[in-house]
Amino acid sequence: MTQKLLEVKNVTKIFRIGGLIRGKKLVAVDDVSLEIEQDKPVILSIVGESGCGKSTLCKMLLRIHKPEMGDIVLSGSSYADKKNYDPTRFRLDVQPIFQNPYEAFSARKRVDSYLYNTALRLGIAKSRKEADKRIDEVLQSVGMSLAVVKGKYPTQFSGGELQRISIARALITRPKLIIADEPVSAVDASLKMNIVNLFKELKDKYNVSFIYVTHDLSTAYYVSDYMATLYRGSLIEYGPAKEIMDNPAHPYTELLVNAVPRVGEKWNQELVMPDMEEKEYAITYCKFAPRCPYATDICRQTRPDMREFGSRKVLCYHPLVSTEEEAV
Amino acid sequence: MLKVENLSTSYKTIDGDVQVLQNLNFEIFENEIFGIAGESGCGKTTLLKVLYDIIEFPLQIEQGRVVLSGEKNGKSFSYESGRIRDAWWKNISYVPQAAQSVLNPITRLKSQFLDSIPEEDRKNETDEETLERVSNYLEELSLSPDLLEAFPFQLSGGMRQRVIIALATFMAPNVVLADEPTTALDVVVQRGILMMLMRLQQELKNTLVVVSHDMGVHYQITKRMGIMYSGSFAELGRTDEIFEDPIHPYTQMLIGALPRVGDSRQRVGIPGRPPALTNPPPGCRFAPRCPHAVKRCTEEVPEFREVRPGRFAACHFAGEGELDDTKAVGS
Repeated sequence: MTQKLLEVKNVTKIFRIGGLIRGKKLVAVDDVSLEIEQDKPVILSIVGESGCGKSTLCKMLLRIHKPEMGDIVLSGSSYADKKNYDPTRFRLDVQPIFQNPYEAFSARKRVDSYLYNTALRLGIAKSRKEADKRIDEVLQSVGMSLAVVKGKYPTQFSGGELQRISIARALITRPKLIIADEPVSAVDASLKMNIVNLFKELKDKYNVSFIYVTHDLSTAYYVSDYMATLYRGSLIEYGPAKEIMDNPAHPYTELLVNAVPRVGEKWNQELVMPDMEEKEYAITYCKFAPRCPYATDICRQTRPDMREFGSRKVLCYHPLVSTEEEAV
Repeated sequence: MLKVENLSTSYKTIDGDVQVLQNLNFEIFENEIFGIAGESGCGKTTLLKVLYDIIEFPLQIEQGRVVLSGEKNGKSFSYESGRIRDAWWKNISYVPQAAQSVLNPITRLKSQFLDSIPEEDRKNETDEETLERVSNYLEELSLSPDLLEAFPFQLSGGMRQRVIIALATFMAPNVVLADEPTTALDVVVQRGILMMLMRLQQELKNTLVVVSHDMGVHYQITKRMGIMYSGSFAELGRTDEIFEDPIHPYTQMLIGALPRVGDSRQRVGIPGRPPALTNPPPGCRFAPRCPHAVKRCTEEVPEFREVRPGRFAACHFAGEGELDDTKAVGS
């Protein structure tokens, strides 16, 4: 059995809204399981609308939030196993890239101070000279150099350049996994592709897997190997990205893919408009049933189980792919 | 409908005036959806502000003017920059960027509606009668009239955006300006809002100006569009023609760089970055990033000219067929 780089096992995160006594519970991430293989680096994109739990899931992977139920295992070591947790090792293995590069860097600090901090404090470089070499190398790989970055403040860079620097910073530790939460949503259209291409390039060069969280399905299609769709905290479809987007199996994925404003293909049919309701998180049957055009009685009674169709998993009673493919 | 003549504006800063719009000349017609595209900082929002006549320090008009003219209820009207304020709500309305945060979160929506409807439109109606009209209008837009009793913080972002659009179009203005109407929203909600805007435009037969950085949005809803680069239009014309056969190198590269669902061929972004407006390059502002740039481009500012009927571009070589080799990237 090959070892997995990352295993997310039935993870659930519950937030409490309001006071202790009168407060309500909100299940932000509901029984999500994902896996990333060790041997080959992949880009896994997590897509879904706002409030579907994408960021909460990321924060749990980064150990910012603690899951209420379930466990996350990173290259064999479980998050629940507190005795053997080594924070430095963890930070070397997993690195984040944040959404807005202007917020990720303090405007009053020089950009290179972040790079040196990462290199020196995590013990990768013993001296400043050694750090210089390492930092220059990673900056070169994102198309910049230490000479350009040194001594400058964040305001002297464009959003795209800052985002490259934060990718370079994440690479200093030679991580196994980079978690990028909406890395291109604050970047201009003409520079977006440069960043996304960088992910593809770095994946093979540094042998690093990416978790790419986004609501931009067109870039997700472009870069990712695997895709996970979240809806109201539940994982509803998971599998190879191209397969899912070309031929979605879950009605919600279909809705999502059809809603992308594409170039070269005009919208025709009307759409069932969703209205975000808090109570949908608490529904005990299929969460998508109230909006689903294919819903039947069974959808409104019990929640479906995850079913496997060939290489993908779907949480639906009436998946849109033919059931003959169903794995026995 | 809206005519922009020789418009140049600048922002006053400590380092001197920063020219944001230079010599814009274009028209937006009646009964059309006009799109304005471009990267952040290229002047899209500034242009809308000037169209809506919100000229506040440090923004100033250096030369030129905007003329809003047309006809409503059989009466023709014409307003110029400086006077467009008098036409607010009746003839022109504005859906600002981040419209979700425009509503006062702790006031019920009904009183916000009442506040924004001018006295002359209400013609001695009581509040109840006006609200009756408002709730009928909301129903037409398939929104629930119960919304009027709600506080904005109780609504989702998409719902707030729809309420703002309802508010902006309640008086059936001739021109509606929408600045990034769907930027902070999800694709599914975005599609609903864009559909609503299109339906409204078809019913009112008015002019809708949509600013967005998402080329997909422009392709889906606009009839004509202008692509801005660094403070002026690079190209302007019918949307389908621009996507089919972009003339300006910037447009060509921009359309070539668009990722598409169902197509994962390698795409390249545009190298370099937009010039700083504080210190723009002489000549064509796209020249430093342009693969076709020659010496002339770095010296002489290209004229924004009509290359084909209804098709404008600001490039020395537009329409000469020399730039066609880059088209392969986009197709």
